[in-house]
Amino acid sequence: MSPDDRKYTREHEWAKLDDADSRLVSVGITAFAQDELGDIVYFDLPNAGDNVSYMVKMGEVESVKAVSDLFSPVTGRIEAVNDDLVDHPELVNDDPFEAGWIMKVTLSDLAELDTLMTAPEYDEYIGSD
Amino acid sequence: MLYQNHVDLGARMVPFGGWDMPVQYSGIINEVKAVRSASGIFDVSHMGRLNISGPQAGQFLDRMLTGSATNLRTGRARYCLICNEDGGVIDDTIFYRLGDGEFLLIPNAGNRPAVVEWFSRWTETEFAGGVQIDDRTRETGLIALQGPGAAKLLDSLCRISGGELPSSLRFFAWGQGTLGNHEVFVGRTGYTGEDGFELSMHGEAATSIWNSLMEAGALPCGLGARDVLRLEAALPLHGHEIDPETSPIEAGLERFVRREGNYIGQPMLASQRENGADRKLVGLTLPGRSAPRAGYPILAQGLEIGHITSGSFSPTLDTSIALGYVLAGHSEPGTSLEVDIRGRTAAAEVVTLPFYDRGQ
Repeated sequence: MSPDDRKYTREHEWAKLDDADSRLVSVGITAFAQDELGDIVYFDLPNAGDNVSYMVKMGEVESVKAVSDLFSPVTGRIEAVNDDLVDHPELVNDDPFEAGWIMKVTLSDLAELDTLMTAPEYDEYIGSD
Repeated sequence: MLYQNHVDLGARMVPFGGWDMPVQYSGIINEVKAVRSASGIFDVSHMGRLNISGPQAGQFLDRMLTGSATNLRTGRARYCLICNEDGGVIDDTIFYRLGDGEFLLIPNAGNRPAVVEWFSRWTETEFAGGVQIDDRTRETGLIALQGPGAAKLLDSLCRISGGELPSSLRFFAWGQGTLGNHEVFVGRTGYTGEDGFELSMHGEAATSIWNSLMEAGALPCGLGARDVLRLEAALPLHGHEIDPETSPIEAGLERFVRREGNYIGQPMLASQRENGADRKLVGLTLPGRSAPRAGYPILAQGLEIGHITSGSFSPTLDTSIALGYVLAGHSEPGTSLEVDIRGRTAAAEVVTLPFYDRGQ
């Protein structure tokens, strides 16, 4: 069961509202996604200050076997990127929903979150995926 | 035959060469580390088992293979190539001499039909009546037990003929043995760069033997780990480093190619050995963990001079490694090159192969 304190995309990213007043969200990939990827060894990520757009490629994640594109689940400006992933990309395998967050973004529009899947919707989606 | 076992163990199965094969169990990095430090088991039943017999079996293989069959003693095995007339590699193989006129040859899964077809072309003409090819692949299982702990582990479970321990077998030797109530063919070979064994048995015995090895401490490993292990050891994979358009000389496999002998491809290979190949397979290391993948361009001062054939993050060396072909002038160890990784240029250095040598 995916945590229900956040929203999800069909590309297996999550976005969690940290602070509604400042429209700040954390962004990451789901437990399902990390399990599909296998051992993650490298992230190619944008920098703080860059802008990201909903479902536009924001970077790459590399596992031992393959490379996959990362899509931004939201539109906005990157406030921070998780530096721990440089030396410890496996944090995303171990703890994809907490310690393995990828970046923090200030949303352009708070209402964008309403368009994403809820946890039960996402669980149903991957169940039938 | 081991399918349900793998699924029960939580393996991720993928279609491969017409078989459903486990790509990983507990994770590729964990599995690689187990094989480098202890022992792991791989279901490699998808690989072919061709029994080749008859009064002319040895002469036939001498004609088909870059390595000699007639000078191989019973009880021993040899690695070599099956080449076409142009010296291109139809497949690479390990073959065992079972007796005077009897051999067991292991082709790659995906190449088995091509090898059988190629062989029949000669068994039906030049060697008509003198050689019998019997495909035993579907009725037998093949399990690889690999790692520095493999010999001790197998000694605790298995005896080969005469009550000898499997560890008494030399590398590239084989023996007929028993494991529990089952007969098992034990070859001291592998595809990981570690000590180890490949065990062949009747299909019905495969699950029981797999479980015995697992209970004795061998970690189940998938094709993903096998691919990383063979790459670290710089062992070629057909379809990547070698194929019908690539010669063993280009691939750096000269030591498995006879200089003389009336085998198919010999004139072309002798000429290449004499004059040098235009391109060479090299090993590359790249700082960091982002790995080049098959097909990525290799550059020298911005000019494309080759391409990657295999690449991965190496858990053993904790850096990225790759094999690829470059124009012959760029193949010396120490040469600085670049790889185009999806539009990003990454520095790479040519290194001496193998990347990983257990003797070190």
